[in-house]
Amino acid sequence: MTNTSKAAAIVGVAESDEIGLVPHKSALAHHAEAAHNALEDAGLTRNDVDGLLTAGYVNYDLADYLGIAPRYTDTTTVGGASFVIHVGHAVNAIANGLCEVALITHGQAGRSSRIPIPRDPNLPSAMYEMPYGMIGMPINYSMAATRYMHQYGEDRARQAMAEIAVSTRKWAQLNPKAMMRDPMTFDDYHNSRWIAWPFHLLDCCLVTDAGAAIVVTTPERARSLPKPPVWVLGHAEHHDHAGITTMPDLTSTPARVTGPAALGMAGVTHGDIDLTMIYDSFTYTVLVTLESLGYCGPGEGPDFVAGQRTAPGGGFPLNTSGGGLSYTHPGMYGIFPVVEAVRQLRAECGDRQAPDVSLALVNGTGGALSATGTIVLGVE
Amino acid sequence: MTTEAYRGPLPVKQPESDFYWERAQAHELWLRRCNACERAYFYPRDFCPNCGSRDVSWIQASGRGTLHTFAIVHRAPVPAFRDHVPFVVAMVDLEEGPRIPTNLTGVEPAPEHIQVGMAVEVAFADVTDEITLPVFRPA
Repeated sequence: MTNTSKAAAIVGVAESDEIGLVPHKSALAHHAEAAHNALEDAGLTRNDVDGLLTAGYVNYDLADYLGIAPRYTDTTTVGGASFVIHVGHAVNAIANGLCEVALITHGQAGRSSRIPIPRDPNLPSAMYEMPYGMIGMPINYSMAATRYMHQYGEDRARQAMAEIAVSTRKWAQLNPKAMMRDPMTFDDYHNSRWIAWPFHLLDCCLVTDAGAAIVVTTPERARSLPKPPVWVLGHAEHHDHAGITTMPDLTSTPARVTGPAALGMAGVTHGDIDLTMIYDSFTYTVLVTLESLGYCGPGEGPDFVAGQRTAPGGGFPLNTSGGGLSYTHPGMYGIFPVVEAVRQLRAECGDRQAPDVSLALVNGTGGALSATGTIVLGVE
Repeated sequence: MTTEAYRGPLPVKQPESDFYWERAQAHELWLRRCNACERAYFYPRDFCPNCGSRDVSWIQASGRGTLHTFAIVHRAPVPAFRDHVPFVVAMVDLEEGPRIPTNLTGVEPAPEHIQVGMAVEVAFADVTDEITLPVFRPA
């Protein structure tokens, strides 16, 4: 396999103009605004784009709306992990000369869409799960968390989930774009209503309207642009099931493959990483992903996050934007942790800037813990 | 069980699952089993997802198993379930090997009444004239 470490760089990132509750914008409008803003951030224009990657839309529908006719196109759709995986695919395409400027876009009116998007009822995961009420991710992921509690202790898991909810809110309080910025105490967490036991409301991500975009280009072009290139040092992808009831092990995600693979390509280890961004669809997703990525062993996550270690000033910066739990989560959130990692690496994050970030790891999770993409990013 | 009130999504049967649903209507639980690697599997399809063999048959399951995990749904995911919360979604490890999605019935929907690993047995919920859902209750 060709090592594509540092074969391309991220040169532009942005959200859509407004994120949160945005009833006056369509999903495609979020795509387009984010694309415009990310290209502006890169110092490029729409006319420079010759590669287009997205999920949630068929690419020609999106390209038509944007007025782009790409020579490289990729609609890899594995839920919220897609956009992290797209970064790796963009690197591969650029390294092989298939395109020079790749645009990855996302947009969802997750809260305000005028019509819900149904799951295809012909799929086995729909046929055998949905009649029982296994509909929507809180119910699916909560069954995984119950299994974790059985294996490693309910109280330990509960405390870890609370630590993650509270620490993530502290980061959100430092991010002006975060939807939930009120303080959250441990009591607030434990007293919040049940959505699907063992998940409280405050174990669950938000439902928002938002878009984001990423621009990836060649090393030569990246060095010619105004902002410092953020190098893609490692990337990996994996999926091993669809619905939650066919997940091989409810306490281990495909990150057990993508974490070590992305770090290996980058030639770095967990201890070298200054910032970790983990798709936090639920508190449990963070807990299980820290273990799967290899930051700690199975069942050791509760010790790893104890004592607000992942909060501002806690020594292990995690989800510094405020995450899907408190910043924004329109449905397939995976592009947003990449945006935050790039901003942290460029030291653009103001009050929430983590100290000395030169290496960041981003992990996206899609479906029912079904797919992951992991990338390692760095600046010189 | 009384299920006249069921208004949830019904399975859209596929050719490879017609037999499964037919037998469920007769209050029997049937599984696909691979003749090559000798493992039963779920959900039904015409080849073995474990070894890839197309030499597969049907077996009737005992209906006995253990609770692999569960969750107690308090917020209805769609309006059809509003009259049913709280209810228990679960996965059961069948005696024959496969893990299947289901509801746990005949038990208080509270964590202190449900234990991962508890013995369960199949029951059948006739939700429409066409569809019967295999559900499980404490054995």
